[in-house]
Amino acid sequence: MIDLFLNFRFQFISVFGSIFAILFVVELIRRRKIKEEYSLLWLFLGFSFLAMSLSQTLINKLADMIGIAYSPAALLLFLILGCFAILIHYSAVITKITIKNKDLVQELSILKYEFEEFKTKLEAKEKGEE
Amino acid sequence: MKILVIVPAFNEQDCIDQVILDLKKTNSDWDVLIVNDGSKDNTSQVAKSTNKAKVIDLVSNLGIGGAVQTGFKYAERNGYDIALQFDGDGQHISAEIPKLIAPIISKEVDMVIGSRFAITHSGWKSSVPRRMGIFVFTILNRLLIRQRITDSTSGFRAYNKETIKFLSAHYPMDYPEPEAIILLGKNGFKMKEISADMKARETGTSSINYRRAIYYMIKVVLAILMTSIRPKIRKGVKK
Repeated sequence: MIDLFLNFRFQFISVFGSIFAILFVVELIRRRKIKEEYSLLWLFLGFSFLAMSLSQTLINKLADMIGIAYSPAALLLFLILGCFAILIHYSAVITKITIKNKDLVQELSILKYEFEEFKTKLEAKEKGEE
Repeated sequence: MKILVIVPAFNEQDCIDQVILDLKKTNSDWDVLIVNDGSKDNTSQVAKSTNKAKVIDLVSNLGIGGAVQTGFKYAERNGYDIALQFDGDGQHISAEIPKLIAPIISKEVDMVIGSRFAITHSGWKSSVPRRMGIFVFTILNRLLIRQRITDSTSGFRAYNKETIKFLSAHYPMDYPEPEAIILLGKNGFKMKEISADMKARETGTSSINYRRAIYYMIKVVLAILMTSIRPKIRKGVKK
């Protein structure tokens, strides 16, 4: 009986936890705080976690498949793997942004130099005409 | 023949003017481009006050790779035939430049490295960790691109027009020198090393210490191995 209650409590927390996470991400997208592109992994993780929390059969099957005796542990494993995937995805995003930022700094600095050079030449020319 | 000397500079106010004047004294036809990598001191003002150099001030610090690549981009846009990379700390000797660009003018190779070890000479002394690192790079160069380059970390280099174009689009960012060798070798560029004298640093301190050296080696060796397993960027050239 106590076992059943504990199991249920865990399920309760994980179902409401994942619903809350999904709604939170959706709200952030709605307010344009996260781009859709970067929220996909979160939503995928949220919905998968929800499905596994709701369906005992699904989580038991999954735990059986990878040889985990205590099925809620499989849920945690899945959560951790999902977080890893998201973190790696972020490293890729940061790299992309770093490269773009470098290109922008270079472009802006060269243009600034050319603009100053052009201005100096123009001023010299104007002075010569006066 | 249009020649651009790219000098990346970070906090070099004490010697940057001397570097510029030396270069211009050696050959007044060379254009000198100082790429000021977000220095906190007066590097930019000191360089501008000589009235003999072009000075690009990077709007934020990019590190040596990003600074040198800015020079390549400038060189490509302005149709330079040869670009040289030359340190801003007074370590390199401008009188050695003609030797460095001769194999490029004669179209013998695409890139030339001024090396401290191509033959032995007494002008430059190296520390133990640096020597060990250089030894590892030499072996990697031989294994991965089958070219004999002994001084992978030298920042005294000359490039032809095609190499300038290639590197303005693809130049490594953090510790670019050893990685650039593999990148160029992999993409079918011919390189050559020429013995060049160098001075001990005039100002500042060397960036090498043990902890940093280990981090540097791991990072660069990883970058080199990754570069070597990536597909070739430049098509239609035999490796």
